[in-house]
Amino acid sequence: MSNNRRISFRNPADESFSTKLVLVCLSLVFLGFFLFLPLVVVFVEAFRKGGEAYYEALAEPDAWAAIRLTLTVAAIAVPLNLIFGLAASWAIAKFEFKGKAFLITLIDLPFSISPVISGLVYVLLFGTGSLLGPWLKSYGIEILFAVPGIVLATVFVTFPFVARELIPLMQDQGTGDEEAALSLGASGWQTFWYVTLPNIKWGLLYGVLLCNARAMGEFGAVSVVSGRIRGLTNTMPLHVEILYNEYNMVAAFAVASLLALLALVTLALKTFLELRFGAGNAGGRH
Amino acid sequence: MLNFTDGIGKRLAMLALGMTLAAGSIAPAFAETQLLNVSYDPTRELYKDFNAAFAKHWKAEGGDDVTIRQSHGGSGAQARSVIDGLEADVVTLALESDINAIQKTGKIKEDWRTRLPNNASPYTSTIVFLVRKGNPKGIKNWGDLVKGDVQIVTPNPKTSGGARWNYLAAWAWANEEFKGDQDKIKAYIADLYKRAPVLDTGARGSTVTFAQRQIGDVLLAWENEAYLAGEEFGKDAFDIVVPPISILAEPPVAVVDATVDAKGTRKVAEAYLQYLYSDEGQNIAAKHFYRPSKREVVQPDLLKQLPDIKLVTIDDPLFGGWKKAQPEHFGDGGIFDQIYKPGAK
Repeated sequence: MSNNRRISFRNPADESFSTKLVLVCLSLVFLGFFLFLPLVVVFVEAFRKGGEAYYEALAEPDAWAAIRLTLTVAAIAVPLNLIFGLAASWAIAKFEFKGKAFLITLIDLPFSISPVISGLVYVLLFGTGSLLGPWLKSYGIEILFAVPGIVLATVFVTFPFVARELIPLMQDQGTGDEEAALSLGASGWQTFWYVTLPNIKWGLLYGVLLCNARAMGEFGAVSVVSGRIRGLTNTMPLHVEILYNEYNMVAAFAVASLLALLALVTLALKTFLELRFGAGNAGGRH
Repeated sequence: MLNFTDGIGKRLAMLALGMTLAAGSIAPAFAETQLLNVSYDPTRELYKDFNAAFAKHWKAEGGDDVTIRQSHGGSGAQARSVIDGLEADVVTLALESDINAIQKTGKIKEDWRTRLPNNASPYTSTIVFLVRKGNPKGIKNWGDLVKGDVQIVTPNPKTSGGARWNYLAAWAWANEEFKGDQDKIKAYIADLYKRAPVLDTGARGSTVTFAQRQIGDVLLAWENEAYLAGEEFGKDAFDIVVPPISILAEPPVAVVDATVDAKGTRKVAEAYLQYLYSDEGQNIAAKHFYRPSKREVVQPDLLKQLPDIKLVTIDDPLFGGWKKAQPEHFGDGGIFDQIYKPGAK
């Protein structure tokens, strides 16, 4: 009998029922409390005074201007980081050159320093006390406390998202496909467009979505360089904080819910694309 | 695979188009005069009303169309932004020292405090009590705060500007009550802070502690904040008690000389600040629970909620201005440190 027991295989994932139950409940409770509940609260609070108050809060000109500014900033920052991220990860993964490790560290810099410091860097670079600021101003170019400053700060903070997503993926894939394409007579551009890009499209998409979510949600860096001019340089996250500080709970949560909704749409879009273009293929690891 | 990459090109083109449209629509139209008023947090509603009134007035006087942009934030942080290059035409801040900080960079001329009446403060405010509906503990004056089991809610004077005004207002009452007897005044202040179950870091936090978490019997608050909190958390939840003596806070305003001279907006910026002292400006301030500097021009029913009480200023010999009061009362080892021991009962 004891022999039998020894031969029978036990599935490593096959825990006892009670262990499973405890683990599943634990993760459900955790998810519910820390992710789902806060999200629900945002929407409940936003609709506390009914749909009309919700609509009014969003239709208010300052709120509308904040929404437009946030979308504009994301629309500039994300493509810039898309191009940069592609170029950087391509260079890092497919070529050997001096200073590569340093470049990787540099790309990670925005992840490791506080966004407030990222914002303050631009104040130091373009503020009244700096060298660049007054010089640019003499040509009528405003950076700080205007849209360009907000875009710069956002680009800085969202710098690593695309590159960080692509570098491990491209390193994994190696240079075999490209070498084959080149030896068959493809030009450098053709190789990139028909071989490299299709290989990494899911990782790229995922990086872009994360980058976009962060670009729209960035608070710290933007709050330092914005100047908080209503209807002009207030982004959605800043607008939410201001409304909240004014006891304007419904409006604050209405704008917050829209921000949350944008994030949810981003996630839904990602899931949809994954399902549509082949599940399990997304970036190799997502 | 090919479809996807072709799609990216198309999508990028659409994105670029969208960007151009969006960027075009947020660029301000420069056909009209624009003023930027950099202010502190609780003045939003006040200036929303006032800006509309001024634009109308300026047009009626034969001026151009004028649009006033607002920026709100913590008073100190806003001053910092103006120093760093935020192009404010006028600043309307909470404390004199914040405007002095801008003046030190040369952007505002030294005489700013005398250029407008009343130390350049068109409206003032004071500290009042917010109590639970019906005032169950019968709180009418500062002395009632240390009777029985009354618990008070106030922020920490070490971290909050508003809390310092609370402290000084209590001190002003005690000074009168105890005829300047320092020991008795200190004993009263010590007793007062023993009754604070929690000292939040800011005024906003204290309001939430009192109104939402339902802690304490009385909140020491700015007059306009007390009314605002009452409106947000339900008018039937609280009463406002105005004590017979309190402190006078004078939020100052100034034209930023460097900006208006560069932009050529001096005339309209000066008119804007002067209009705060007009009959209409004073009535709008009173409507938003700021105390008008010229009570005589304000409608009686607006004055009813801002009863005339004795107000002691920070420049009174009792305090000797912020430069003296700050280190004496709130500096490290100052009077507050001596009398307040966290956790001591």
